[in-house]
Amino acid sequence: MHFDKMNRRGFLTSTAALGAGLAMPTIFTSASRAQEYCNMPTGDTVVFGFNVPQTGAYADEGADELRAYELAVKHLNGEGDGGLLNTFTSKALKGSGVLGKKVAFVTGDTQTKSDAARDSAKRMIEKEGAIMITGGSSSGVAVAVQGLCNEMGIIFMAGLTHSNDTTGKDKKRYGFRHFFNAYMSGQALGPVLAEEYGTDRRAYHLTADYTWGWTQEESIINATEKLGWETVSAVRTPLGAGDFSQYITPVLNSGADVLILNHYGKDMVNSLTQAVQFGLRDKQVNGKDFQVVVPLFSRLMAQGAGKNIEGILGTTNWNWSLQDDASQAFVKSFGEEYGFPPSQAAHTCYVQTLLYADACERAGTFAAPEVIKALEGFEFDGMGNGPTLYRAEDHQCFKKALVVRGNDDKQSEYDLLKVVKEVDREALTYDASIFGGDLGPNEGKSC
Amino acid sequence: MFANLSRNDWLLFLGFSIVVLISPWTLTPFGAGYPALLQKFCIFGIFALGFNILFGLTGYLSFGHAAFLGVGSYAAVWSFKLFTMNVLPSVIFGIAAAGLFAVVIGYISLRRSGIYFSILTLAFAQMSYNLAYSVLTPITNGETGLQLTLNDPRIIDNAFAAPGAGLPQTNLFGIDMSGYPGFYFCAAALIVCFFLTMRIFRSPFGMMLRAIKSNQNRMRYTGFNTRPYLLTAFVISGMYAGLAGSLMAATDPLAGAERMQWTASGEVVLMTILGGVGTLVGPVLGAGVIKYFENIFSSFNEGTLHAAFAFLPVGLETVMVKLAGLFVGEGWHLTLGVIFMLIVIFLPGGIMEGIARLAKLAGIKRKPSHADMSAGSAQPAE
Repeated sequence: MHFDKMNRRGFLTSTAALGAGLAMPTIFTSASRAQEYCNMPTGDTVVFGFNVPQTGAYADEGADELRAYELAVKHLNGEGDGGLLNTFTSKALKGSGVLGKKVAFVTGDTQTKSDAARDSAKRMIEKEGAIMITGGSSSGVAVAVQGLCNEMGIIFMAGLTHSNDTTGKDKKRYGFRHFFNAYMSGQALGPVLAEEYGTDRRAYHLTADYTWGWTQEESIINATEKLGWETVSAVRTPLGAGDFSQYITPVLNSGADVLILNHYGKDMVNSLTQAVQFGLRDKQVNGKDFQVVVPLFSRLMAQGAGKNIEGILGTTNWNWSLQDDASQAFVKSFGEEYGFPPSQAAHTCYVQTLLYADACERAGTFAAPEVIKALEGFEFDGMGNGPTLYRAEDHQCFKKALVVRGNDDKQSEYDLLKVVKEVDREALTYDASIFGGDLGPNEGKSC
Repeated sequence: MFANLSRNDWLLFLGFSIVVLISPWTLTPFGAGYPALLQKFCIFGIFALGFNILFGLTGYLSFGHAAFLGVGSYAAVWSFKLFTMNVLPSVIFGIAAAGLFAVVIGYISLRRSGIYFSILTLAFAQMSYNLAYSVLTPITNGETGLQLTLNDPRIIDNAFAAPGAGLPQTNLFGIDMSGYPGFYFCAAALIVCFFLTMRIFRSPFGMMLRAIKSNQNRMRYTGFNTRPYLLTAFVISGMYAGLAGSLMAATDPLAGAERMQWTASGEVVLMTILGGVGTLVGPVLGAGVIKYFENIFSSFNEGTLHAAFAFLPVGLETVMVKLAGLFVGEGWHLTLGVIFMLIVIFLPGGIMEGIARLAKLAGIKRKPSHADMSAGSAQPAE
């Protein structure tokens, strides 16, 4: 063939061949759409997709989440002691899988990056046939994966994500969150702050510069200004800055007497440690003791911060030291399996998996629109946070939250947080419309 | 326009196109036959092809190419938000934005060569990353990433039809760009890019770039001003990266700052070296290998391993699972590192050199074409 002398006929035949080649795959894709909904399970197993950070700054949390997921799968399939299935008020699940199918799972690494997280979620959906995706340990990632799942018609059960946006501005019909949010932290923490530190305080915020930091800063400012506090300044710090000294020095001369750290993970460990090294906590400003507040705590972070965290106030979704039957049952079966108590991330991930399985069982199908209906407005108890409502308007769970203090009287190496107050769900409930956003339609999608 | 290509080139092009188009079937036995990964193969193939035009031909090692990928992505997503969900305008928009950005960065960085050039590009990329991450948050939405929302203007789409419920999908005149149609769109782009690269490799312009690589001073003494050639090569390769970035947005309408991070820039260097610097097909192969490892090896967990070693006696099986567990799941970087080391030590010309050696062993005689001369001799300029 002489390509350098391309004539009309040659051009026509080659383009026709190329066109036919390009069109051919549509035959195959249309055939594969015979299933009623995306990833309809056909065999005797149903596949869940666990998408957690296994590398990077949140790897510790991700590892704990994965442990919880594996435990949840065991309990769903009737292995182990059944964990929270025994205390859960909905008795649809019998420990024989879901809708008669054994639960299998696939895992992916989000690397705490939106791109990587969406890649691995796509792999689990397109290749491994996951019927549901759950996980995440960063609000940025959760929002990104939730958007993807919504597009593909796969339900996303969010893991640890605390930004108001996840079920606010960026809420999606296919996304559900059990974890509490920044607004609730503000509402829970406010009264305790007023009680402990008075109503006449001047606060200085250091905030991680992304969706979670922004919404937490906003929520805490709203809550504290309602008490009568004044906000001196709110400074944004880049994520993963490592060295916060340049941000902490100005605090000393600002006339503020409370430092509020809207940081999480390693950032919080670093900024808190440096604030303590700069002697902030030993200072007197405006005739009062200088205080540091960390609105969102986790036990894993407290481990990192060591002695510096002692006496500092914050909030968590759940803590293993809670004494109700459900929390005790979960700590017991997690402890027997792995030898140490679960973190709040592990708890929320475990509960989310059970809630999804239960919703499928109650709906009688894995078809997403029906499962969504079963989850929306679902009222339950026996999962460790008291009576809980999955609100239909924004897919946010409403339940108790904990105000905690860094423990200075440890009984064990895991006894890092002391519960100061359990805040009732009524005090944390807000109008679903305040954050805007739109869930979108509840329609079936085939992928 | 087809004058510079030999019969062998055309056969290579035809073979390449066929291999790309049938990859959904050929790669299924390897667990890679699903649209998201196939799209990634094509997209990073384009990225590496473009990078190779600069690095393979001129020897200028840019450590900041991910910046152009990111700019292309952001531009494409903005095109979806502001104008239309059709992917063609977004791709054009992405290429143009990345090209302009490359002109600016290239103009400054190309004043230096060798390691200084690498450092300059690295600095610019890191700067862009930080800008996107925090300073330019109104444009880039920071760490959260730029996403479509229900109340985007989408002027052109909304002028023709009332917006439906829910978020619209990216499309090519009505064909949804997720799944296999998205892959074929990317594959078509890859084939076009491959053809253009081949043309550049065989053109007098390509020869000029190779001359810069072999001895830039000599070029200058003979009266050539090398800077315009370098800048053109830099901008072309930036535009390839912009195309790759906009395709990423087209198949998945989200742009995050981490696309511009230095690790992403480093990845394309790895891809090119792994495949074979200065060869035509090598960078695409390298991109495929790295993306395959990232997606497939990272997904193996202990359960998969137990299944794989189930035939062994219990004690031995546990040991094997423990041992292999280091290299899969979160340890996939380790596997990649080992393979990269082996290739650089034993096959400095990358996978392509391996293929050439195999062909030699099999007794197939190949006329050395000028593309292969630069293989295995990646030297920095000057």
